Amino acid sequence: MGKLFAVVVAIIALVSTAIFASHIWWLPVDISAHGHAIDRQLTETMATSGALFVLSQLALAVFAWRYGDRKDGRAIKLFPGGATPMVVFATILVGAEVLALTFVGSKVWAGIYQTPPDPNSLQIDVQAEQFAFYFRYPGADGRFGAVHPERIDEGSGNFFGLDPANDTTARDDIVVPSLAIPINRPVLLTLRAKDVNHAFYVPELRIQQDFVPGLVIPLHFTATQVGKHEIVCTQLCGLGHYNMRAYVEVMSQEQFDQWLKERAAEQ
Amino acid sequence: MRRQYLWIVAAAGLVGSVLAARGASPAMAGAISGKVTYTGTAPKMKPIDMAKEPSCAKQHATPVTTENVVTGPGNALRYVVVYISAGDEGASAPSDAVRYDQKGCQYVPHVAVMRVNQPLEIYNDDQTSHNIHPLARVNSEWNKSQPIGAPPIHTTWEKPEFIPVKCNVHPWMHGWFLVLTTAHSAVTGEDGEFSLKGLPPGKYTLTAWQEQFGTQTQDVTIGGSETKTVDFVFKARPY
Repeated sequence: MGKLFAVVVAIIALVSTAIFASHIWWLPVDISAHGHAIDRQLTETMATSGALFVLSQLALAVFAWRYGDRKDGRAIKLFPGGATPMVVFATILVGAEVLALTFVGSKVWAGIYQTPPDPNSLQIDVQAEQFAFYFRYPGADGRFGAVHPERIDEGSGNFFGLDPANDTTARDDIVVPSLAIPINRPVLLTLRAKDVNHAFYVPELRIQQDFVPGLVIPLHFTATQVGKHEIVCTQLCGLGHYNMRAYVEVMSQEQFDQWLKERAAEQ
Repeated sequence: MRRQYLWIVAAAGLVGSVLAARGASPAMAGAISGKVTYTGTAPKMKPIDMAKEPSCAKQHATPVTTENVVTGPGNALRYVVVYISAGDEGASAPSDAVRYDQKGCQYVPHVAVMRVNQPLEIYNDDQTSHNIHPLARVNSEWNKSQPIGAPPIHTTWEKPEFIPVKCNVHPWMHGWFLVLTTAHSAVTGEDGEFSLKGLPPGKYTLTAWQEQFGTQTQDVTIGGSETKTVDFVFKARPY
């Protein structure tokens, strides 16, 4: 029985490692300028924790193979000092690994989320609400109209609470339910939530950021490949959470200009 | 003195019931018809992009827009509800149900008119879940989820109220329940025209309601089997 257990443990450890090592089940394509840093960090984390996983599972298998069928119940050898030093030793070992990964990982994270955006970024305002995303471009005047949450009226398409009757800068604002961005141009999103927490998650952009009601959260990135990808909400936000999604389309600058012109004409 | 008073009340009641009986006869029924238009510049309706709900998007061959100000040829205004707001109360509600559909991720019709206590049936015809939420203030507010294939919701409204309706899943969905006491009402079509028939002789207040432009009223007296023409003109603003 001990030998069978050892074989099963070894097979599970090696097959699951092989799935990751061969990239059969791996991250989606990276279309962002910063994504390589995230991917490197994820790879390092996977390699470190993967090595420890394989070693510990194989050690378990070896011990189960060799000693699993012993009937005398006698200890083979005791850890020096007994159980307490062993627990302390294991805690320090695992804690050091977790802390090391945290320090290295937070450096990568801060390099993306805590750096100022490019001053020439294309700014797009984002409103999340149950259960949709809306995106706002500043229009021909290059300025956003002020938002007045009390004026939000979905029935008339006023998702941001604009006041075009009194605010001329709001009149040419372009509000759409899908995001289009030009390739290789820094983009700055300002995230607003109308009701509850939501999240902006595009795996291909290696970006995931919460929306928090009452906060305007900046988020910047640059897309490096054209294509269309799904934006999903990853904070359980209510009944229709499963259905809260939009699309981001990365296009050439010319296509983007044309797209924006067409959307402006529809407003 | 008291006896005299009772006689007057009885006589008035008799005359009233005779008049009411005469009024109910088709020969003496009047009608009001007319057209609702606007002056000025109407706001441009915003496009609705249903890309996130492909089963709804594919039902629309032409682009869908918001419907809070829908205009027709000759400055006609659609979805204006014209009804008798005074002079026609008290009739009991009909038992036939008003049907309200969620179809292509829109409310059909955009404005549904019903009577107090008249049955209302709400259907989900879509291959997606809806969560209908009438924002009632005078009546009790509720919201109900209707998954794909769910049976219709049967309900009624106890008090007169103009109730905006939204979907808690699809923010662009927007409609109205107009719960009225009168049996005489009409919703204008694309040509802005309306017609109220079967009106007994009497003095009435006619109200036209448009969801963004508000209400207008006019007094109308129907003498017999005549058709009065009453038009309403709303002043539109682009924003």
